[in-house]
Amino acid sequence: MSTSRVIDGVNVQSHYRDVDHQFSSAKQGIWLFMVTEILMFGGLFVAYALYHMMYPEMFAEGARFLDWRLGFVNTLVLIFSSLTMALGIYYCQLNQTKKAAIALAVTVVCAGIFMVIKYFEYTHKFHMGIFPGAMLNMEQLNNYLAAAGEPLVKSPNLGLYFGFYFCMSGLHGLHVMIGMGLITWLFIKTLRGHFKPNYYTPVEGVGIFWHIVDLIWIFLFPLLYLVG
Amino acid sequence: MAQKKSSDHSAEHESLHHITPFSVYMKVAIALFVLTFLTIGFHSIREYLGPAAALVAFAIAAVKAYLVMAYFMHLKYDIPLNRLIFATGFFFLLLLFAITALDIWSRVPVESIL
Repeated sequence: MSTSRVIDGVNVQSHYRDVDHQFSSAKQGIWLFMVTEILMFGGLFVAYALYHMMYPEMFAEGARFLDWRLGFVNTLVLIFSSLTMALGIYYCQLNQTKKAAIALAVTVVCAGIFMVIKYFEYTHKFHMGIFPGAMLNMEQLNNYLAAAGEPLVKSPNLGLYFGFYFCMSGLHGLHVMIGMGLITWLFIKTLRGHFKPNYYTPVEGVGIFWHIVDLIWIFLFPLLYLVG
Repeated sequence: MAQKKSSDHSAEHESLHHITPFSVYMKVAIALFVLTFLTIGFHSIREYLGPAAALVAFAIAAVKAYLVMAYFMHLKYDIPLNRLIFATGFFFLLLLFAITALDIWSRVPVESIL
């Protein structure tokens, strides 16, 4: 049934010439997948840019509700996790399995820290009555602001800004959680000694996926937290 | 053996299993951290920068994005085809933005007599 053969200790499917052919084809597939990622997030970025140009005051008012310090810490956490992910591949290439496993474990922990910070940001917003789009509870939000002695909301359509905020950071957070699952899978496979210098295709592929998660956050951070 | 492979391949610009030296990863990570602090630095003086503040923030983000793509995603050492594939994503994104923007700014208001 199986139509693969073993070359240099690696299972190679029959439709590939050799190990390298299989590796480069897999990688090309990952890059095609990355294009779809760019276009999926890109649609949201384009919509954000256009609505921002139409309603700049509303976006400025919305960004006021975000704490840039939390976004800043999350940026540092994600950059560090990107480094450890890259090192995970590096150690697989050098056949240093234990170090690769540690690097991958640190990556998952960093992703976890990112999600915990996101959880606190989200629950705080829900507590204030901030929800995406029409679900934003203006009365609750204004009561909260009045109690805190802060100016009340000026834009009646503030929910539009938070529609973008929750969609963009939520879709990104979903990617972080999927990434955590994939990297945990890599971690287990690494511990079991599945990867070697001529076979680390899943690590490379998940690595590229993880870096694009970082790449998107690099733009989301100034967009949502700083510029607004 | 892997070390030897690394030195063999570093001479050529691209290869299938290019091993980026550890020191390069560290330098890139430090640069990314410094640029993140720089973003916050410029953010704290945004009143003086005015409209340029957003431009500075996105310029720094673009440099960070380049570093991640080139070194962490290994695009600098990847084959040209993969670089081209990834670039098409950004090209079509630009098209999406341009055509949508054209639509929005070429609309004639309802109350216009045109």
